[in-house]
Amino acid sequence: MTFWNDPINFIRQWLETLLVGWGVAPGVAQVILLVAGAAILGVLGLVWVIFLIWYERKIIGRLQDRLGPNRVGPFGLFQPFADMFKIFTKEYITPEGADRVPYNLAPVLAVAGTLMVWGVIPFASRIFGADLAVAVLFVVAAGSIGELGIIFAGWGSNNKYALLGAFRSVAQLISYEIPMVVTLLIPVMLSGSMSLQTIVQSQSIWFVLLAPIPALIFLITQIAEVGRAPFDLIEAESEIVAGFNIEYSGLKFGMFYVAEFLHAFTTAILFAVLFLGGWRGPFAEQIPFLGFVYLWIKTFLIYFLTVVIRGTVPRFRIDQMMDINWKLLTPLSLTMVLVTAVVHSLVRPLGSPLVTLAALLVANALMGLITMQLMRASTRSRRRPMVAPSTIIVARPETERQQSTLE
Amino acid sequence: MNWLYIGVFMIVAALLPAAAITVAGILAPKKPNTLKSSTYECGIETVGESYVQFKAQYYIFGLIFLIFDVEAVLLFPWAVAYNQMTLYGIAEAIIFVLILLGGLFYAWRKGELEWV
Repeated sequence: MTFWNDPINFIRQWLETLLVGWGVAPGVAQVILLVAGAAILGVLGLVWVIFLIWYERKIIGRLQDRLGPNRVGPFGLFQPFADMFKIFTKEYITPEGADRVPYNLAPVLAVAGTLMVWGVIPFASRIFGADLAVAVLFVVAAGSIGELGIIFAGWGSNNKYALLGAFRSVAQLISYEIPMVVTLLIPVMLSGSMSLQTIVQSQSIWFVLLAPIPALIFLITQIAEVGRAPFDLIEAESEIVAGFNIEYSGLKFGMFYVAEFLHAFTTAILFAVLFLGGWRGPFAEQIPFLGFVYLWIKTFLIYFLTVVIRGTVPRFRIDQMMDINWKLLTPLSLTMVLVTAVVHSLVRPLGSPLVTLAALLVANALMGLITMQLMRASTRSRRRPMVAPSTIIVARPETERQQSTLE
Repeated sequence: MNWLYIGVFMIVAALLPAAAITVAGILAPKKPNTLKSSTYECGIETVGESYVQFKAQYYIFGLIFLIFDVEAVLLFPWAVAYNQMTLYGIAEAIIFVLILLGGLFYAWRKGELEWV
């Protein structure tokens, strides 16, 4: 192990020998390094958001035929820093009658719930916070803390719009958690472990090829969990002004902003880890830092996709949003668990990965076709009745009217 | 060691935003007045209680969520052991999921999934 192929573990070992050399007990030295590692990962996660804000504003700008930020620094790179310094000096306005404890706790919970997920993500073969045996369950649990933050914010603000946003978050975030949890079963089934590191290591064939439909369902539910464009009902600007965060100002609002961007990126990392092989790639085992680069490339592919979806798709109506979840994604994800279990257990005794791949691909394609046919049949059966106006009033130009009176 | 790290990281994850908010609170001006801290409602004054009644539909969806989430979490141990399982264990899980799907279709037929 040298500095060039594994810098983080190299520095860690060097610091440990240094601390022990100073006369610190080896156990204490390890705990000090552990706390330092946690603090560094947390700070890096939050600082990374500054770059994400710039990246997303730039892409959204291009999608809307604008330039995006381009004044402060090269390519507008320092724009988020300027915004950050501004928001640091903004006054906190607490509305009258607000429930102080949930009101102040909400922005902290929103960020913490997202940041906690970073503790279990395997960034490379030897660069990770912790390799939990139940990491997948931890991700689900930490995700629901973020939802709690949004519900707290809506409840504590003493505002009708905020409360409506909280109600909608109950309907949306909670509902979309079911297909998310059910599709998480499939990577766990295929790898036989809930540890994210083992899931990455067992993807000699990417799981997106073995389970394309569950991967798509997972992506959709993740966009809904973040509460982004097609699913931005909880903060819909044109309906309930800003939803749950309407009464927040200063950095308390900024924290919701940070939480949203961090969550969007975290879901992209999770997709890359669960379905796109994480840090796997040529030479990633020998040079851990290369694995980190691979993971970041895959993550940015997915993140770019979600940003483009955000910039192009209009918002769903609330009944459509609930229908997509309860009548399409939930039954389909449960059925996909059944189909994957049956097909995989039938093909497994053959012991050939290529046969498994082919069988699962065919099963997924069949299920996709059946779903499309069912959806087409249901839209045909409940086509909307045409509403025609009874009388049509057409304004005629002045000259024409004069002519008709003359006649 | 792993769980210790997660514990430390959870505390750090909660402390960092809390610290940032506190620092900004010290830096920021504090000049509250009654008009500024009144509830925002598009320029008009709030009428009545702001903790309004909610649609019963949200409660029903909350209940359906509870059933499905608990049972989906029950499936995780099965998914971990799936690779070592015989066809009998898989058939059991299939029956379990079919019962779940049956419950979903029951709620669907009863019209609980319609947003009215």
